[in-house]
Amino acid sequence: MPTETVPRPAGIVLELLVRNHPGVMAHITGLFARRAFNLEGILCGPVGGDRSRMWLLVNDDAKLEQIVKQLAKLHDVMSVGERAGADVTLFHRLEAALCPGGGRPA
Amino acid sequence: MKHRGSEIICRLLERQGVEVVAGIPGGSNLPLYDALRDSAIRHVLARHEQGAGFIAQGMARVTGRPGVCLATSGPGATNLLTAIADAKLDSVPLVAITGQVPLPMIGTDAFQEVDTYGLTLPITKHNFLVRSAAELLEVIPLAFTLAASGRPGPVVVDVPKDVQTASIEVGDWPEPGRAAPPALCDGAVLDAMAERIRRAERPVLYLGGGVAQAGAGGLARELAHRMQAPVVCTLMGLGAVPCDDPLCLGMLGMHGARHTNLLMDEADLLVVAGARFDDRATGRAAEFCRHADILHIDIDASEIDKIKKSCVSLAADAGLALEGLLARVAPAARPAWAARLAALRAADPAPPAGDDPLLPQNLIRLIGEVSTPDTVVSTDVGQHQMWTAQGYPFRRPRRLLTSGGLGTMGFGLPAAIGAALARPDLPVVCVSGDGSILMNVQELATLAELDLNVKVVVMNNAHLGLVRQQQELFYQGRYFASSFSARPDFAAIARGFGLRGVDLGACADPAAALRAALSAPGPCLVNAPVHETENVLPMVPPGAANREMIGGSVHAN
Repeated sequence: MPTETVPRPAGIVLELLVRNHPGVMAHITGLFARRAFNLEGILCGPVGGDRSRMWLLVNDDAKLEQIVKQLAKLHDVMSVGERAGADVTLFHRLEAALCPGGGRPA
Repeated sequence: MKHRGSEIICRLLERQGVEVVAGIPGGSNLPLYDALRDSAIRHVLARHEQGAGFIAQGMARVTGRPGVCLATSGPGATNLLTAIADAKLDSVPLVAITGQVPLPMIGTDAFQEVDTYGLTLPITKHNFLVRSAAELLEVIPLAFTLAASGRPGPVVVDVPKDVQTASIEVGDWPEPGRAAPPALCDGAVLDAMAERIRRAERPVLYLGGGVAQAGAGGLARELAHRMQAPVVCTLMGLGAVPCDDPLCLGMLGMHGARHTNLLMDEADLLVVAGARFDDRATGRAAEFCRHADILHIDIDASEIDKIKKSCVSLAADAGLALEGLLARVAPAARPAWAARLAALRAADPAPPAGDDPLLPQNLIRLIGEVSTPDTVVSTDVGQHQMWTAQGYPFRRPRRLLTSGGLGTMGFGLPAAIGAALARPDLPVVCVSGDGSILMNVQELATLAELDLNVKVVVMNNAHLGLVRQQQELFYQGRYFASSFSARPDFAAIARGFGLRGVDLGACADPAAALRAALSAPGPCLVNAPVHETENVLPMVPPGAANREMIGGSVHAN
């Protein structure tokens, strides 16, 4: 890959609808690890009907197209696409909710 | 009526049309084996689970239908891993059914417990850990659908022992899992491709395993003649177009012919079907076909623009896409390009081979002379594999079984056994090496038991030949760990397994002895002591551009 000379791009959010069963998270995180894609944050919650919605915070770089194509191939991924206008700060604000006061977790 | 999980698996396999499965029983899959005893399915007992995996692959590669292998939990499953990963990289449809410790014991470090789901996750198209007997009714047909659909690949179904023994009421049996029909091609994209082809002056067709998989070799050949475009094949694509077609230039890449790689370097258009720009094919990717626009057809959308940017692309079945192109591309002569091909070919004649039958290239030629167009050739991995790819006359698809992507030594013998099981009507030759054969030599026992028409030719140079070659060429001759001082008597080993064994080194007329061994019915191993320091040439150094070849004729420019 050519060396990136641009400053680190702002993250974008991929939204996935996935089958909710043990192992689906491993399929997704394993894909990122073995294909050397960066994964900056994960939000996931059940939406009913054995489905979960997942937000993945990723870099907007040359690998993005390949990431989306590889995610789309996973059998447990029902849909995947860029979530335009997603509030990326949600991932950072979460820290305040998880750890009010910014201290060490108990 | 109530059925146990193990019976459900057998019934579903029968309904899939599975006739032969390969495997090894053990504690966690004994219920399945108990049910298999009463099934019409033939079980082939391998001697190592990796052998079972490659036997299933051999069946799948020669027929195009999913092969099935069985293993128990723990070491049974881990022994399968190499064959599963191999199927993933070469897009071979495979369904592996593994036993697992009972559900309540999962996670307790039970005897022969291993996380088969976790281990197989990165090397399968998809995998399942079945949590109830009822789930089998959905999972088994789905496993076959996933293995065979789109770009084929391996699927693992891990079945805990208590799921195999649980009894449930089964009403209607599910339909067998079949490959999903490929999507229709976008006509506008085909129009754009046809228009680019029309403007091309120096086009080349680059065919991969996807063309063989789609049964589209005939269409590709017709398109090549319509366009008057030379055809190159990847290792997985060999046989898609017959090697004796005047437009066929054989394999491209690291061990492709000099004129093949040089011609590609001059192309102005590359029409790629069912291929993925593997590094052994492209050399340094940025330099690959540097003057060419690329039209890329592949059934896996993630292969489009992964390595090389295409100017027009189509995620589609190679057969449907080539059919669409044939309907749109008019005949064109391209005499200047044909003349250039003729000139490059003339400048790169095959080196004089003499008649020494123990020169590796001559050995392959001899095997080719004894074979029919339908002979199945399996190989192991190394120099003998590349000499086979370069020199054997492949005339039909699905007749070269070779570990292309993973490059697994030990593939050849069990894959040959699988091919002979699936197609007992075809002669099967396994070309192996003295390094590779030892990596699954135990399957000679399986071969002896089955008495299949498989011939094994061991090209014996007492080295890990391709390692030795690379140490010579790229490590200043600093040889290390690439030669064998112990020299097993492979013909005697074969006889020890109850097979015929022939040692060409002890024959006054090795060529005649080889012909006789290959022509006699039944299994046989032939030890062929070949020249020890012969290199596979030409060779593109790893990381170099394909035009920077070592060896071969040097007057081609």
